[in-house]
Amino acid sequence: MRFLAILLSLMAVCFGTAMSSARDHIAGSLTIYAATSLTDVFEAIGAAFVDAHPDVDIFLNFANSATLAAQIAAGAPADLFASANELQMDKLVESGRVDESEVEIFAHNRLTVIVPADNPGDVQTVEDLTMEGLLLVLAAEGTPIRAYTDAMLASYNADYGENFSERVLRNLVSEENNVRQVVARVALGEADAGVVYQSDALGDVADQLITISVDERHNQLASYPIAPLKDTVAPELSIAFIHFVRTDEAQSIMAENGFCWPAILKDVQPSVDRPKPSSAGADDGEEQAFDCEAATSEAG
Amino acid sequence: MKPDKLLIIAVSTLAFVLLAAPVIVLLVNGVGSRAWEGLPDSSTILSAAILSFASTLAVVCLAALLGTPLAYVLSRYEFKGKRLISLFIELPIVMPPAVAGLALLLTFGRRGAIGSLLADAGIIIPFSILAVILAQFFISAPFYIRSAQVGFSSISAEIEDAARVDGAYGWLMFWYITLPIAWRALVAGMILSWARALGEFGATILFAGNLQGKTQTMPLLVYSVFERDINAAIWTGLILIVLALIALALSQWLARSQDKMA
Repeated sequence: MRFLAILLSLMAVCFGTAMSSARDHIAGSLTIYAATSLTDVFEAIGAAFVDAHPDVDIFLNFANSATLAAQIAAGAPADLFASANELQMDKLVESGRVDESEVEIFAHNRLTVIVPADNPGDVQTVEDLTMEGLLLVLAAEGTPIRAYTDAMLASYNADYGENFSERVLRNLVSEENNVRQVVARVALGEADAGVVYQSDALGDVADQLITISVDERHNQLASYPIAPLKDTVAPELSIAFIHFVRTDEAQSIMAENGFCWPAILKDVQPSVDRPKPSSAGADDGEEQAFDCEAATSEAG
Repeated sequence: MKPDKLLIIAVSTLAFVLLAAPVIVLLVNGVGSRAWEGLPDSSTILSAAILSFASTLAVVCLAALLGTPLAYVLSRYEFKGKRLISLFIELPIVMPPAVAGLALLLTFGRRGAIGSLLADAGIIIPFSILAVILAQFFISAPFYIRSAQVGFSSISAEIEDAARVDGAYGWLMFWYITLPIAWRALVAGMILSWARALGEFGATILFAGNLQGKTQTMPLLVYSVFERDINAAIWTGLILIVLALIALALSQWLARSQDKMA
């Protein structure tokens, strides 16, 4: 009798663990289309996610967000889309590939001007971007980084004169397909200057670059939305990944890589069970009193 | 019909469909969507077309000027290392163009092996039409050199020997004997290399960059606007396909008539 009881309880324990592990167990493959600027962080976050869920395969496809949105709208088989601005995500909402209620902002970024380490164009300030003969490289029109860059330059018109942005664009020698190609051109020393996200100026290329900071009043707040596609073959896995992106572990990876949360949004910094911060800060149109660099240095 | 014959026909049809369908679909798409009506900004296409024609014209002239003597040397003389030289000359034909662009950047870029010397003299090649020409030349000149080499080789030694007996030497021989016989192969090679230069993409975008009116050739335009302005991309694509078709037909016709001559 006693033996039977032990056996039964043993079985119960075994079943119980089997059941609970079946409940927590995630398996399958996840295809994520992500903005080029997310390359390093999503590789790291993807690896951390796979560490936590060894039976998951993650496939990452990086390109400029406009290209990815066009590919997804044309039916590319992605499970998740992470864009560098809201415009490209909105396009997928419009084309019916993404449910608007599932879109959430998971990271922010800021702009910085980069020049090669030996600064061949002798660029010291943003105003110097108008110097005659400067070789300036920007991302192509239509990409999020270019939209932020144009807005930043236009904002500087207030300080440096109405045609400041126009004069800067006169120095444009190449429009690259994505932000990392801008970084490469400058890091190689082929271009004198470029405008990229502050996160792009960190990492492997950091010692080949000098960053020239953009005035707080003119800098732009890049917002990164993420959402599962309506017809994803792995809806649970997609949700699990989005949750993971908002854990402290993933957020600290992003902070280390130069992504940030504006000060005004810090109290609603994402975490699994906190409410979603939305893009309120960016949409308010009020003075954007945020301090993104602080988030970076705190983590670093 | 025998089953094996059926199989051959079926497989051949499949191969043809795979090769022809995309081009036909693009043509139908362009015509069906009336791409010419939705042409919002034809100035981009125009500037890309002008740039493409100017650069490829320069490339063909450069290929003829530099490539003809090289092809002649390769077809007439035997020397040590000739195979190795031929290998290097033809390598760009099979080399991935993006790799070619990288190699050009490391050579002629501002920090490159040769480019840094030029930069000291105030000449910066990347981001200029010079870079476009250099990239196109690198990729397409081998087509001309190979065709010219075949043309020169098809002239039998007896003809040149006979000319020599009649007192034709050096330039005289080349102008009055070799060139009149081999011209079809040379022109066919020029057309082929022109078409290849016109379609060049990978080396150009890596080495020369991409800016409207400066370095944005027609293939770069297609790549740059397809997600924003599909009509402009289709339009430019149609122009490129038609030009490629004409070039291919011409060069094949010339090559055939050269064969008949020889």
